[in-house]
Amino acid sequence: MKNRAAYFGVFTALALIFSYVETLIPVNLGIQGAKLGLANLVTVTVLYKTDFKEALLLSVTRVVLAGFIFGNLFGILYSLAGAVLSLVVMNCLKPRSSLSVIGVSIAGGASHNLGQLIVAMIVVETYHVGYYLPVLLIAGVITGALIGIVCREALKRIRNITNV
Amino acid sequence: MKRNDWFLAAGILAAAAILFCFQIFGNSGDQAVVSISVDGALYGTYSLEEDRTVKIDETNRLEISGGTVKMDWADCPDQVCVNHRSISRNGESIICLPNRVVVSIENGESGEVDGIAR
Repeated sequence: MKNRAAYFGVFTALALIFSYVETLIPVNLGIQGAKLGLANLVTVTVLYKTDFKEALLLSVTRVVLAGFIFGNLFGILYSLAGAVLSLVVMNCLKPRSSLSVIGVSIAGGASHNLGQLIVAMIVVETYHVGYYLPVLLIAGVITGALIGIVCREALKRIRNITNV
Repeated sequence: MKRNDWFLAAGILAAAAILFCFQIFGNSGDQAVVSISVDGALYGTYSLEEDRTVKIDETNRLEISGGTVKMDWADCPDQVCVNHRSISRNGESIICLPNRVVVSIENGESGEVDGIAR
């Protein structure tokens, strides 16, 4: 892979910018704590253009950096769990030809929220936050679908970039 | 968008719906109870539905009537718990500090606060 470091830097910067843009636009889905997850756009794109390892590295880097800049330590912990779980799920579903980017992204969005909730349960030491699960699953499907649609369009247009 | 994408989305939404129904169904099954603890140890739990008077270790007397709980009598000098208004909502409590008696509502209807901003 040529220019690996350069591409990684570009994608990290892009993901960070998306995280920043997200803090500027208050996307209110009517659910406390639900976010659009614009930065996951980059994660999904990288997962499709390169491989799991690269996407994981990018995702972790982005979460840690964005967490220190815009969030707090607990935010990093939640995001990290969500990011890793969703990447693992997406990586498992990606080879299936019966699913498009949108489906993979939907699964990623739902599992992202699931991962965060699991960490929240461990941190708060109560299963009561589990009552939030259905709402978060629905939110994950919606945001995942939106990200997936944008991602499909993005992938169509960057098809020419082959050596990423 | 492929057909299986829809199936996947529908599957997750269905799982969410089932969980949601399960919560509503499960919640209505739980009856509101008042739990009493003395010196940190659980003394007993009583249903709110049933009117009764509970004697707590000869030091306090609790009255449950019409879904609300009130401390009826206490042998302590300050009488703070006796003067406390009756409780009925989830998480509300009456505490008698001298006798280390804590009375609290569990599984009751939630309070009037809509939410707490952090």
